[in-house]
Amino acid sequence: MFPNLTNGLDFQAKALVIRADRQRVIASNIANADTPGFVGRDVNFKEAMQAALGSSSASTPLTLSQPSRTTGATDERHIPLQSTLGSLRTDGSAALAYSVQTQPAMDGNSVDMDRERANFVDNAVHYEATLRFINGTSKTILSAIQGQ
Amino acid sequence: MSMFSIFNVSGSAISSQAQRLNVVASNMANADAVAGPDGKGYKARQVVFETVPMGAQEASGVKVSQVLESEAPLKRTYNPTHPSADGDGYVTQSNVNPVEEMVNMISASRSYQNNVEVMNTAKTLLLKTLQMGQ
Repeated sequence: MFPNLTNGLDFQAKALVIRADRQRVIASNIANADTPGFVGRDVNFKEAMQAALGSSSASTPLTLSQPSRTTGATDERHIPLQSTLGSLRTDGSAALAYSVQTQPAMDGNSVDMDRERANFVDNAVHYEATLRFINGTSKTILSAIQGQ
Repeated sequence: MSMFSIFNVSGSAISSQAQRLNVVASNMANADAVAGPDGKGYKARQVVFETVPMGAQEASGVKVSQVLESEAPLKRTYNPTHPSADGDGYVTQSNVNPVEEMVNMISASRSYQNNVEVMNTAKTLLLKTLQMGQ
């Protein structure tokens, strides 16, 4: 209802959810910086946004032979996965990827603490910016509704 | 909401690093301990970390899976006048390497600080999210 009004809000809301997921992935990387054999993950934000936008604008119903866009299930009896980022899309690419290792470590850990901290700060600022955009957009809509 | 599980993840990391610091403190305290009459000296201990899945696929915490004793040879010094000297005049001490333990401590405390910072930032962002639209 009122797509012209809420399109901007929908876009920012999806971005906020993906930012929160990315925050969690980076926090997991930082928590496991000393665990031997741990491989760092990261979210490809662009692909995740495209997946979130693409699945909402699909107008054709999904058939059984096509993997579901949000759960990766090929049969309707499959139990849906909890994660929205790790699911595969139809072309097989995933938004949750492995980060490239910068320095080899003796215990097999691939987390670069400096890069993770930089990513964490970057993501936090983006999250806050998205919050501000949502606030600004909703205030604009409210003032337009009130007629000021 | 996905940001809430960050507290679980970082909380598990903080408690694991605290256990690691605990082990380092035990090692440093017993660095000069001498073996008793049974000849078994203090062996340095190390923690082993293991990833723990926490709910969703993207969230993984960490836990201490076991505490291992180092198999490095115990230090033996020749001191026949020592009350604990064995038949050959050797005193068996621990195999703790103080330099290694200090490096361990620095790494554990840096990890601890990083995870505390993660928790603080997540808390700030969540509080700002709660004020959205006001």
